[in-house]
Amino acid sequence: MNDTINIVIAGIGGQGVIKASDILSEAAFTAGYDVKKSEIHGMSQRGGSVTSDVRFAKKVFSPTVPPGEADFLVVLADDQVEINCHLLKKGGKLITSKDIDLSKIPNPKTLNTALLGALSSFIGIPLKNWEEAIRKLLPPKSTDMNIEAFNMGRKQ
Amino acid sequence: MSGNEAVAEASLDAGVSLGTGYPGTPSTEILEHFAEIGGKAQWSPNEKVALEVGVGAAYGKARAIVTMKHVGLNVAADPFFTAAYTGVDGGLVIVSADDPGMSSSQNEQDNRHLAEAAEIPMLEPSDSQEAYDFTVKGFELSEKWKIPVLLRMTTRICHSKTIVEKKIRPSKGYSNLKFVKDLRGKVMIPSNARPAHLRLREKIAELAEFNEESFFNKVEKGLIDTGIITSGISYQYAKEAEPDAGILKLGMTYPLPFDKIRSFAGKYKRCIVIEEGDPYLFKSIMAAGIEVEGKHDIFRLGELNLKRVRKILAGENTSEEIPPCGKAPQLCPGCPHKTVYEALKKLGCTVPGDIGCYSLGTLPPYEAMDTLLCMGAGITVGLGLRHILPEEKAMKVVSVIGDSTFIHSGITGLVDMVYNRPPTGHVVIILDNNTTAMTGLQEHPGSGRDIMHNPSHQVKIEDISRAIGIENVDVVDMLKNPEEIEKIITKRLSEKKTSVIIARRPCVLSVKLKAKI
Repeated sequence: MNDTINIVIAGIGGQGVIKASDILSEAAFTAGYDVKKSEIHGMSQRGGSVTSDVRFAKKVFSPTVPPGEADFLVVLADDQVEINCHLLKKGGKLITSKDIDLSKIPNPKTLNTALLGALSSFIGIPLKNWEEAIRKLLPPKSTDMNIEAFNMGRKQ
Repeated sequence: MSGNEAVAEASLDAGVSLGTGYPGTPSTEILEHFAEIGGKAQWSPNEKVALEVGVGAAYGKARAIVTMKHVGLNVAADPFFTAAYTGVDGGLVIVSADDPGMSSSQNEQDNRHLAEAAEIPMLEPSDSQEAYDFTVKGFELSEKWKIPVLLRMTTRICHSKTIVEKKIRPSKGYSNLKFVKDLRGKVMIPSNARPAHLRLREKIAELAEFNEESFFNKVEKGLIDTGIITSGISYQYAKEAEPDAGILKLGMTYPLPFDKIRSFAGKYKRCIVIEEGDPYLFKSIMAAGIEVEGKHDIFRLGELNLKRVRKILAGENTSEEIPPCGKAPQLCPGCPHKTVYEALKKLGCTVPGDIGCYSLGTLPPYEAMDTLLCMGAGITVGLGLRHILPEEKAMKVVSVIGDSTFIHSGITGLVDMVYNRPPTGHVVIILDNNTTAMTGLQEHPGSGRDIMHNPSHQVKIEDISRAIGIENVDVVDMLKNPEEIEKIITKRLSEKKTSVIIARRPCVLSVKLKAKI
């Protein structure tokens, strides 16, 4: 069971947290993993804190990441780091906007895909699965921009 | 797909003729998705109406699905209990989406008790695949035993996305729809209801026997001398926390298969029940004379997770770490409700409130909503206060309620306001943003559009208010004249009249949504 990869994506409603976790789940799924994803809907539209848990492995049971057991914590809003860092396990990897060069992302709206790019260099999902997931889940007119952001994040 | 999407897909594949419901987190996406993929679906004014319409469809031999959140089943409890007596001729699946941990609800009631109280068979899926399978099987069960079936979900089942394989060929729907006259079976006057209750007990006894070997319950052999009895999402946590334990996963949790449970429990030195919420399984199993271990009361509150289940298995009841608070949700920039709360705060009003986005008016900086009980109670709690407070204080009481909530269960409060008129009259503000905003912008009769946002007949709140006999009905355009609101509230508070003030401006988010459509 130890091979399960636990990822939490956090931010503020409207930043694309859920979309990012959808892309991650889709990429992991098409790469052949069992995937579960969980978040709380409801009040996030009102600008509150949002987190989304993604877990993948050969076989996954619980859809939620227990506090203190996340292998990766991806945070889209800097002021959300402090309240979420208890989710990360000891030695887990925190990924924030500081891990990428913000001046190079094509559009502030692509921060979520840029941070997924940064995450992608640590987890073994093939690049083609990431690209397919972005193309499948984002509107056609914004896919090129998001793939550019993803690749930029990945290179950092 | 999510559990909610899985229920919708299963409903379509099972040939459901009609889906009804009222929006409520975490149930909302079931009906929305059902409509999107081509099912016939409609938002009802409230859950009671939704269930009654669903029962009617199932009396006519159709398959119907009715969706609501856990507290919605309280509103629909009246038809729920008696529909068990009448039974149905078609298939009726009622979804109760419970919210343990209250991510978006006013309580965390465990609706498994309601299945037992109403004597309605209950299914509890543990992931999206089971949400799909149990919905399909739920209709078969409902038709075979001519009884409504409760599909009890929880937030993590509704909103988690897990992989689903569709196992049945989509149905083309039902053609043999007709109503068969059966006065003794369908007219629940006491002389008919007494034998109907007896018939229900017989059905439940048969279902209990069926459940002993039913598809819904699974035994997994373990490697150690611990057995776990569990259901729903708790199964996932238990399986991960103690992969070597034997597991009895119960999918049909009313009526329970006690022989199966007894035989399972007898095989293990230690047999423990892992369940989220109330000790429903634990108490039922113990009452049947089967010795099992339960959990400490602290784990009755909130959601379970892997960590908490590990603690339960270890027999710990240590106080739990409180996670840091996230950023609280707030009223959106440009939200028309803000001006109203600013005015109410300035005027020092006592404000019984209601359920919706505007509940956020209780948080800083406004702190201007003083009570929240249940849907519709903003008006009626206000009436209670108006009746008993001394005149000077009574005249500061202003009820606030949203447009969708008003249609849901505010209208009868308004009737009471004119019929049992408090000596000082009363002032009700209807925060009309033309949508059910909090649950994600669902339409309702007052918005004048159907579930797919197409035009429908619009029920006008001002017309209802006037027809009921409210003395002053004001409509304030919160886009053009937001400053009017404070003046109108001040004026109406000074008169001892019955007043309804409709503060109207479409939700800023719904304007964005409409631009997209």
